[in-house]
Amino acid sequence: MTESRKAFWDGVKAEIPLLIGVFPFGMIYGALALNAGLSTLASQMMSSIVFAGSAQFITTQLVSESAPGFVIILTIAVVNLRHMLYSASLAPYLKHLSTKWKVLLSYLLTDEAYAPSIIQYEKEGIKPFSHWFLLGAGLALWINWQISTALGIFLGASIPDDLQLDFALPLTFIAMVVPVLKKMPMVAAALSAGITALLAFSLPFKLGLILAALVGILVGTLLEKANG
Amino acid sequence: MDNIWLVLLIGGMITFSMRFSLIYLFGKFEIPETLKKALHYVPPAVLSAIIFPELFIQDGALNFQLTNIRLLAGIIAIITAWISRNTLITILVGMAALFILGSF
Repeated sequence: MTESRKAFWDGVKAEIPLLIGVFPFGMIYGALALNAGLSTLASQMMSSIVFAGSAQFITTQLVSESAPGFVIILTIAVVNLRHMLYSASLAPYLKHLSTKWKVLLSYLLTDEAYAPSIIQYEKEGIKPFSHWFLLGAGLALWINWQISTALGIFLGASIPDDLQLDFALPLTFIAMVVPVLKKMPMVAAALSAGITALLAFSLPFKLGLILAALVGILVGTLLEKANG
Repeated sequence: MDNIWLVLLIGGMITFSMRFSLIYLFGKFEIPETLKKALHYVPPAVLSAIIFPELFIQDGALNFQLTNIRLLAGIIAIITAWISRNTLITILVGMAALFILGSF
């Protein structure tokens, strides 16, 4: 197997546990979008045009409330602000790529593709074929999102609630973040971000997440500086 | 509501622009050293900011009690991740803990 292929499949493999957690959300989104009055085609296409879970849920909600178009657009922008943070974080690792690759990988850059990829890059450093890892993770999630949306549209959200498959998402993130917490500043960054997220959880539009991330980054960076 | 297709297209373009923004810019310009260091804290900060509310917030309110089984299962998963350093084991133990605690 060539190195690029191996990196690609490693990315797919790292994404699998996240797919389990995301699948029910895709179905719920599909069912809700249809309920909100969107056409079958618009409900499905939103999953490829916008391709961002939280933003799609909120858009669906706003459509059902007959919100004006510019309000929906503005909301999508604010909810997806956090992607700029992911973009900055991955930038050093994707620097050498052609614009075509950067466009493709940016389109696929969701929370769930970012997480396994950045953990892999921080651990292994960058190699000539590393970008295939992000492609594998991103593409696996993309396909999973399209299929789960379609199933939600046609079957309704028929996954039983008591399976609690959505819990696979935070569990996967736990499995990813815990091994990273080796040094004090990393631990402090994680804890301060987590606590801020709790204090700010009532903020709308995922602003709590952005605020928490910024607090965590600041705390980690300052502590690293103080420790010399 | 205006034309939904126009809304989706513009929303999609904005989303893409934000994902592309710094990957593009930092390809053109050098990233300042301080910022580079700070960016290493994005993964633990963002992941924790996603994890904490999933564990502590139940039905729209903070819940620090032992009756919050997602919190308990989460703590068990954190300990498992610490010891095993293995994603699959962490998820299996965490899901099993959720089911077992939920059946009481």
